Amino acid sequence: MGVRKREKDLNFWEKIYIPEIVKGLSLTLKNMIRPKFTMKYPEEKFIPPASYRGRPVLVMEKNGVERCVACGLCSRVCPALAIEVQASETEREKERYPEKFEINMLRCIFCGFCEEVCPEEAIVMSKDYELAFTNREDAIYGKDKLLVPVSQLQDRIEFLRQYK
Amino acid sequence: MSILEIIIFTLVKIVFILIVMLLTVSYLVYFERRVSAWVQNRLGPNRVGWEGILQPFADVFKLLLKEDIVPVKANQFIHTLAPVIALFVAFATYAVIPIASPLKIFGYEIPLVVADINIGVLYVLALTSVGVYAITLAGWSSGSKYSLFGGIRSSAQMISYEISMGFSVAGVILFAESLRPLAIVNAQGSWMWNAWMQPIGFITFVVSAFAETNRLPFDLPEAEPELVGGYHTEYSSMKFAAFFLAEYANIIIAAGMIVTLYLGGYNVPFFNIESLGLANWLTVLIQIGSFFVKMGALLFFFLWIRWTLPRFRYDQLMSIGWKVMFPLSLINLIWVAVLIMIFNL
Repeated sequence: MGVRKREKDLNFWEKIYIPEIVKGLSLTLKNMIRPKFTMKYPEEKFIPPASYRGRPVLVMEKNGVERCVACGLCSRVCPALAIEVQASETEREKERYPEKFEINMLRCIFCGFCEEVCPEEAIVMSKDYELAFTNREDAIYGKDKLLVPVSQLQDRIEFLRQYK
Repeated sequence: MSILEIIIFTLVKIVFILIVMLLTVSYLVYFERRVSAWVQNRLGPNRVGWEGILQPFADVFKLLLKEDIVPVKANQFIHTLAPVIALFVAFATYAVIPIASPLKIFGYEIPLVVADINIGVLYVLALTSVGVYAITLAGWSSGSKYSLFGGIRSSAQMISYEISMGFSVAGVILFAESLRPLAIVNAQGSWMWNAWMQPIGFITFVVSAFAETNRLPFDLPEAEPELVGGYHTEYSSMKFAAFFLAEYANIIIAAGMIVTLYLGGYNVPFFNIESLGLANWLTVLIQIGSFFVKMGALLFFFLWIRWTLPRFRYDQLMSIGWKVMFPLSLINLIWVAVLIMIFNL
């Protein structure tokens, strides 16, 4: 193979390297003093926007009762079969309520279908992304962990009303 | 001064220099990681202690606890000897670099250099050449082809760049009319730095120093993409740490030599500190400060260059060494000779 000619020959200043090296150095210096984007995670936490799909939670009304009427649509639509609902009756005006509502967080794929299908706006995706457990039993979230007061979920609910 | 006093003073100076060297080396490694992170828009190690300030100690403890593996095919004795040579050379070289003018204390006048020998520059050149043995022996005794490649490359590279380095230093010696580092520093004074007087020599010396210390544009002996880890591929635990320390100690020596030979050593730039008539200890302190500031700036420059420039190809490295650096250092020698002839310096 013969020597291939360069597409662009270097001129004198490029050939003596030093001006080019200085150019490169100034570029790296510029990057050195640029503000960094990294978050120092445990101290500094990422606050997601309303469109973020974190762990699904049940909305708890101000009187401490869940909105859920245990229709089972979420359980039906869940592609990963993560949700288990068991309905029961109460004396209250809204007579159906879930006796048992469990989400297996090892199965959940955070698709948000449950939230989309829910006719009562009772299950929504929260901003909670810190989901760590040390065994399989802990990964099944019951009603005690799923119920979240409506005041904390306000911006997600507004987001859903606007875009769903 | 009696023999006993000389021995005591020398021991104190050696201990001081060793402690300073070890601390500087460990923090140089830390800053290497931080600077590389900053250049790449990362944060770097910032977890151990405040902003990761204890990271070097964590690293050393980790390395101490690692298993020391010697390959079956390796030559046991030489395999162990190589890191020892590397460390010895790296720390012994520092003996001749002065960090301030003599300190007058308790009626003694102590030169602030471990060994004020009249062939200091030759001593440094000789010892850094011995340093090649460490790398070459390490590569050869490991019984691995990648280590061997690293070792061979390093010996070829160091021999080629030592020539241009030696010729650049010749210009400095012509000016100072002495091989004593102290005399060279004094000859430069506060503004007649060799870096201004012979810029070409300065550039060739700095480039050769990069090549001698295996720093990045010339780090062919440990080119990771081709040679796994280079000459220290087969080293682990404290032996690997010894090479690592030696490499960074060499950078510090290179910086110290550049400061001494070209940047006026411990002199304060553009200002004659002695004319102020301060107390001797204060003058010495300011000079030590000035020396370490210059060293620090150069060390930062070494790191900065490393994370800016890509590695040369091996044939480019050799052709630059022989066809560019060597003639340039000769031109510098002629330039210095002409200067001396015209101005009768």
